[in-house]
Amino acid sequence: MHEVNYLRPKNLAEAVELYRTTPGCRLLAGGTDLMVMLHACTLRPEPRALLDVWSLPELKGVRRVKETLEIGAAESYTAIMRSPDVQRDLPALVAAARTIGAAQIQNRGTLGGNLANASPAGDPLPVLLAYDAVVVTDRRAIAIDKFFTGYRKTALQTDELITAVRFPLGRQVAFRKVGTRAAQAISKIVMAVSRSPARIAVGSVAEVPLRARRAETALDRGDVDGAVAAVAEDIRPIDDVRSTAAYRRAVTQNVLRELTQQ
Amino acid sequence: MVTTSTIGRSVPRREGTAKVTGAARYTDDLVVPGAWYGKTIRSTVPRGRIRSITLDPTFDWNRVVVVTADDIPGDNVVQLIRDDQPVLAPKGGEIRHKEEPILLLAAAHRATLEEAARHVRIGLEPLPPVYALEEATEVFTTLEIRKGTVVDDLEDGVVVERTFRVGLQEQLYIEPQGAIAIPEANGAIKVIGSLQCPYYVHRALKRALKLTDQQAVVVQAETGGGFGGKEEYPSIVAVHAALLARKAGRPVRLIYDRHEDLAATTKRHPGVITHRTVVKEDGTLVSQDIEIVLDGGAYCTLTPVVLSRAAIHAAGPYFCPNVRIRARAVATNTPPNGAFRGFGAPQSLFAAELMVEHVAERLGRSSVDLRRQWMLRLGDTTATGQVLTESVGSELVLDAALKACGTVGRSDGRTVKRGRGLSLVFHGSGFTGSGEKKLQGTIGLEALADGTFRILTASTEIGQGTKTIFCQLAADALGVGLDKVVLAPQDTSLVPDSGPTVASRTAMIVGRLVQEAATEVKERLKREKAPLRVEKSYIQPDSIHWDENTYRGDAYPVYAWACTIADVEVDMTTGEVRVTDLVTAVDCGKALHPVMAEGQIEGGSLQAVGWATIEEIKMNDGGYQNDRLATYLIPTALDAPRIRTILVENPYSRGPFGAKGIGELPMDGPAPAIIAAIHDATGVWLDEVPATPEKVLAACASR
Amino acid sequence: MRFTLNGSAISLDVVGTRRLLDVLREDLHLTGTKEGCGEGECGACSVLIDGEVVDSCLIAVGQVEGREVTTVEGLADGGRLTALQQAFIEHGAAQCGICTPGMLLAAHVLLQQSNRLSAADVREGLAGNLCRCTGYTKIIDAVLACTK
Repeated sequence: MHEVNYLRPKNLAEAVELYRTTPGCRLLAGGTDLMVMLHACTLRPEPRALLDVWSLPELKGVRRVKETLEIGAAESYTAIMRSPDVQRDLPALVAAARTIGAAQIQNRGTLGGNLANASPAGDPLPVLLAYDAVVVTDRRAIAIDKFFTGYRKTALQTDELITAVRFPLGRQVAFRKVGTRAAQAISKIVMAVSRSPARIAVGSVAEVPLRARRAETALDRGDVDGAVAAVAEDIRPIDDVRSTAAYRRAVTQNVLRELTQQ
Repeated sequence: MVTTSTIGRSVPRREGTAKVTGAARYTDDLVVPGAWYGKTIRSTVPRGRIRSITLDPTFDWNRVVVVTADDIPGDNVVQLIRDDQPVLAPKGGEIRHKEEPILLLAAAHRATLEEAARHVRIGLEPLPPVYALEEATEVFTTLEIRKGTVVDDLEDGVVVERTFRVGLQEQLYIEPQGAIAIPEANGAIKVIGSLQCPYYVHRALKRALKLTDQQAVVVQAETGGGFGGKEEYPSIVAVHAALLARKAGRPVRLIYDRHEDLAATTKRHPGVITHRTVVKEDGTLVSQDIEIVLDGGAYCTLTPVVLSRAAIHAAGPYFCPNVRIRARAVATNTPPNGAFRGFGAPQSLFAAELMVEHVAERLGRSSVDLRRQWMLRLGDTTATGQVLTESVGSELVLDAALKACGTVGRSDGRTVKRGRGLSLVFHGSGFTGSGEKKLQGTIGLEALADGTFRILTASTEIGQGTKTIFCQLAADALGVGLDKVVLAPQDTSLVPDSGPTVASRTAMIVGRLVQEAATEVKERLKREKAPLRVEKSYIQPDSIHWDENTYRGDAYPVYAWACTIADVEVDMTTGEVRVTDLVTAVDCGKALHPVMAEGQIEGGSLQAVGWATIEEIKMNDGGYQNDRLATYLIPTALDAPRIRTILVENPYSRGPFGAKGIGELPMDGPAPAIIAAIHDATGVWLDEVPATPEKVLAACASR
Repeated sequence: MRFTLNGSAISLDVVGTRRLLDVLREDLHLTGTKEGCGEGECGACSVLIDGEVVDSCLIAVGQVEGREVTTVEGLADGGRLTALQQAFIEHGAAQCGICTPGMLLAAHVLLQQSNRLSAADVREGLAGNLCRCTGYTKIIDAVLACTK
């Protein structure tokens, strides 16, 4: 593996330009996934440069933008959890952030990173789906339910940079992660549920973080039993090193019932 | 001036300051000028024959040192019990497990090594592998323990038969395996490493590299955890590093990363244990017929000794007039299994303790009462025919644990159910049978001219407190302050062989030698002047009799007992088991250093909690799927229960101040207690560990 | 690049994508920070960046430009152990010691954040630091002892 250059833009405009023009360039924010893969030489294609966006002021912060709350793509989960605005308006996001890794990971993990990785197990991603969040990039806004297009694939264009995530206000979302242990855990299933509008978002049960549409239809008409039955059809869990399809199916149903009762 | 003894006081850890300031030097912290990096090239198939080893000529091999089996000057054998495991699988030889070492590389830079590794081609002709324990035909060893005559049934009796499964477990020392080999003058090779047993490594180096006692030098660096995982495995790392260093003519660092460590090193033996127990209606234990099958993996390593300990503990800490234990260890094409704290006893005691629960349930009796009825007491005879003549802590620990626990907050929610379980276990301290006699462990103690004293021992500090306790024992016997006692480095060129740091023997057996040597030094100083040196070797007391052929007699110098009470919460939505509290009463003989004794119990207990709940290894074509720390899960601080320890002092006459070995004992109790607690909470019996949420949920659903 | 390390200004000529962990251990010879896994799972490589605990195996060294980095070597004040380090020794919170540097830094941050910690708070704050020797019991005791 060749030596990888470190690029540190001073501002967002410079970052966008460098990202567009530098061959083999990967974005680096908190590094909680990227640095592991870099060290293990598993990044494909092999990168030539890392573009560090962690410190860009334009990607930090939590702010009200009209009737939404906007969180910078490189805001750490710790900062997100500590934000009084997020605590008040997006408590499910706080709940999700709290289940990510542990202190060290929360201090560096970012929404931008989780979105770009598009892991089906990303803990906050079902929350974003349940809130109908919007992914703001350097050139457009992408509705979250259009964002995940396949296994670890997103709607982002080649050199498109996520700048923020915008959340509508006033929605109640319940969250639960069933992890492999109490901390530093990848989820076996992770779920966020909104009653009104009906949103049931589940992670680790498909190749993408999933909206359980048939279950939502049932929930929308107040049929919890119907939603619990339907969600088993909506999801497509697998057996893997962490768990089994059968367990994931059963627990998805149990957790959905639990979260609809909150 | 009268110096106060520190025995029984929790003095500061001898190397504590170094550890809290980051000054302690573990193997990879050592700077060795001119050292190259080493790497092991391993088999990617579980069974096959090596047809070819090719170095791709498009790579510049001048920058790299390559070692194959052909470069081994001595025997291509990892010196241990049986000569079955090669140091490197040779061309034409058979591969018996995934990750089996074939080739070694060394280079000045790690990047060069990685690139070189990509240019090695191993031509393998696959052979059909055997994975499942039930399908294994090759038997490493068998043994049988008999007492009286077992019966299948009894008129007006009750028969309970049950089969239990126990899973693999990785020791997960936080410091991965590593060694640095340094060629020295006169054909000598020094190996500095993360290890528990310097003389095991010494023997292995001599054998493979054809070195004399003086040419092979092994030095233990500060070691970040062992738990048995660094008992025998470091011999392989050391020999590999030494071969590279020898060929390169310069030092070589062979440090494993976590992935390699997880994928390739030894694990706890998994197995299947079946009990058929016959009791009278009044609960009298009449007959125990037990079968044990352990999976040794591809090579023998320490399997016969693991099987031995498993068998000897298999009947549990109970008196039974008729016992038959048939034990065998089989070979599979999986990486070899090896030493891990408990060493067979956690496996067999898991089954034994759950049998008590099942018999009690059948009889409609409290399992605590049944234990009281069955437990071995002073003067009783064990399954191997050993009469317990002293220091039997069974009822003491049972009473202490029960007394320490309040009542369990009874179950509560629909979704979270609480339960409590108890186990009673024992664990033999010291080597099995004639092991200590054969070892003849030896230590030295020097009185130096400057008024200080130096302990010479190969027993290693791996966190359990060896250095501190030995200094306490010596200082006490010498009648001097702790500051007057130092230890020589654990360096085979400086210290005699006190035996390996295993088998719960260090405080009890070797500590006693330190005490005796110090007593003698003190005596001699009345007549002579320093410097002087005394050596003490273990002498088996005449009262210990063991027959290796019939497997009868005094299996261990003494047993230590523990009673564990576990409280769990079972989330009925997810099957997750949370162990909230663990109370363990331990009969330690004498707590030389109470904080360190508690530390052993707390740490060992959490390892057992992990084994019982989240430490699962799934196999894939003979290799471990859980080969990263993200997937091999040990308990975090949030997973860990509150652990309360009660030390019961019930002295053993031959231990220093009555101390018995307790390093492994804490591993034995928690798993069956947790399974019993899960049953108490949910009504469901699991017969295996780990009791993962998947298994718990499925069992609850099918109820 | 320039940053502050244990209170002193440092200037280094290094490739910015190298792991901070490797630069500390190999270039600066500060071996108190340990590599336990290289995956951000064990916390043995924990350091502080601007007072926040992070895994140095996940930090590209270029990212600490202009920042304050603290390693375990920077805790003791000229050889005088902190109350937390003393408590670790007194309570038996260090056994093999390999997790201890990372554990101390994570605990240090907890104690800076609050003087009123519960055992549950400590468990959550140390959840990113794996220990295999102690069962965590005496580590929690040591940290709580420092909140008095």
